[in-house]
Amino acid sequence: MSNMTEWLLSDSPTSKGQAFAGRAWRMWLSLLGNPLAITGLIIVVVLVLMAAFAPLIAPYSPIGQDLQNRLLPPSWQHWMGTDELGRDIFSRVVYGSRLTLMIVLLVAAISAPLGLVIGAISGYFGGWVDKVMMGITDIFLSMPKLIMALAFVAALGPGIENAIIAIAITAWPAYARIARAETLTFRNAEFIDAIKLQGASPARIIINHVLPLCTSSMIVRVTLDMAGIILTAAGLGFLGLGAQPPLPEWGAMISRGRAFILDQWWVATMPGFAIIVVSLGFCFLGDGLRDILDPKNEGKS
Amino acid sequence: MSQSDTVDISAQGWSNNIWLKRLFTLAQFVFVLLLTFLGLLAITFFIGRVIPIDPVLAIVGDRATQELYDATRQEMGLDQPLVVQFFSYVFDVFRGDLGNSASTGRLVIEDLKRVFPATLEMATIGIIIGVLLGVPMGVLSAANEGKWVDQVFRVLGLVGYSVPAFWLGLVGLALFYGHLGWVAGPGRIGIFYEGIVTPVTGLILVDSLLQGEWEIFYDAIHHLVLPASILGFFSLAYIARMTRSFMLDQLSQEFVTTARVKGVPEYKVIWKHAFLPIRVPLITVIGLSYAGLLEGSVMIETVFSWPGIGNYLTVALLNADMNAVLGATLVIGAVFIFINKISDVLYRVLDPRSR
Repeated sequence: MSNMTEWLLSDSPTSKGQAFAGRAWRMWLSLLGNPLAITGLIIVVVLVLMAAFAPLIAPYSPIGQDLQNRLLPPSWQHWMGTDELGRDIFSRVVYGSRLTLMIVLLVAAISAPLGLVIGAISGYFGGWVDKVMMGITDIFLSMPKLIMALAFVAALGPGIENAIIAIAITAWPAYARIARAETLTFRNAEFIDAIKLQGASPARIIINHVLPLCTSSMIVRVTLDMAGIILTAAGLGFLGLGAQPPLPEWGAMISRGRAFILDQWWVATMPGFAIIVVSLGFCFLGDGLRDILDPKNEGKS
Repeated sequence: MSQSDTVDISAQGWSNNIWLKRLFTLAQFVFVLLLTFLGLLAITFFIGRVIPIDPVLAIVGDRATQELYDATRQEMGLDQPLVVQFFSYVFDVFRGDLGNSASTGRLVIEDLKRVFPATLEMATIGIIIGVLLGVPMGVLSAANEGKWVDQVFRVLGLVGYSVPAFWLGLVGLALFYGHLGWVAGPGRIGIFYEGIVTPVTGLILVDSLLQGEWEIFYDAIHHLVLPASILGFFSLAYIARMTRSFMLDQLSQEFVTTARVKGVPEYKVIWKHAFLPIRVPLITVIGLSYAGLLEGSVMIETVFSWPGIGNYLTVALLNADMNAVLGATLVIGAVFIFINKISDVLYRVLDPRSR
């Protein structure tokens, strides 16, 4: 075991794999030293496990109705009570984690690469390409995000896929800005000149040499943005524009519970707790990752 | 204009002539603002005319004859090239023509004029609450960095980033209206008081005061306090966090150490030496969060049935009333952009170092 840590922490790694493993090990160690980040990581891992094993965890079906047991308060049989159709709220929250995870991952998978490419191209080429692309990015950045997402969903029509597209459309400009700033810092670096002299095309330089260097700050930013994405998606669900019934989306569940808020408070309240915990988890994890991955902050802590 | 004038200016140079520099800043500001507004218009145009599969069909219905279809299409100007359509759209918007609302049957612009003051009133009270609580919280956090006060405020701030506004609204309604009965329920004013005060400014607090209707004023506050506090909570989280980081920056400066060494009392160090220099960046932060509140009010207004622009927008969304949706989007977007840019430029004007 001690041999293993020695190998990992070696100052002169003999292979690329060893260097990479060593770096990952050091990050893991500094993550362990940050209690909030660990809390965040645990929450996110639990979310993923919950989504993966939802059928095993949920005691009831998320959509099966049981009208005789409607609007029951939380009890040992129904940990979070039942809703107006007698469905077990805990089971629905568990299955809802799948939707939340899917929304968050898809939005990130669409908007982050889009912003990354736009920002890298803009920063790498500079000149009028940069001016035009950043002008468009700035215009998108100065729009109110939620309102834009609402308007796009209104045009595309309600539904979870359209909600994902709408959120992604409003999320990419921030990533483009980051990618551009990162690109500018090493645009005139010697290693880029060296590759240029070897005859690499701009596309090759951007994809193989510029983008990989932007990823760590992107990961931090995307993780920090997750909370916002979850809140926007839940908001769209609440307004009836996101996931459609009977899908157990957390925002839509709160919307159903609105009618019973004064007497059967648990219907609307419980899914809200799930949203808060997951958003907080991503916030904590993002904060921790920023301390670890962002070299600019390294001196401070 | 004599020639010597021009020579004079160029002799002084750009950097010396503060008025010329300011004029240049102003021109730049107006240019960027107009460009951003044009961008906003392009987006709403895109959402309204390009994404829908067939806007004509949406109006005439699928059982219309080909003649009616073609006539409507021509009337809407859809046979024109997109650029021409865009410019006629921009022209319409600048004339104040946002079309008719399908759900209320009135002109969208009239509807928006009617509902906007309600949003303005709530957002303004919200930002006042946010500033009055958020700034002292941030200063207190920075003065006690790492201690329990700081930790509690930090967690409170993080909660502000993780709580859905509509959920907090519902829980607040259940608790303070349903169980405790401390505040009034949804709506802007009690049903008995409706229509007594003639709208002058549209702000019910101001109007009722002007007309000496104390009972209505009291009732309006009763309705306003909960949604405005919840809205204010979200700006509080942001304002407190930014105040804290500005203050920490100042407190680590050498002049603060000097003041402390000289024996200046700690409260004076904090409020005079450290706090005074951060007024200018704070104004920007407050401006930004005010713009954010206008946006955030969409969810809060929906929960509280507050008859403002956010509620108007969500009702229009559910009725697929595109003219109203785009009109509301345009107004919220324009105000949002305007406040954002103003607070940005204010920072540059007020900060003596940037002159």
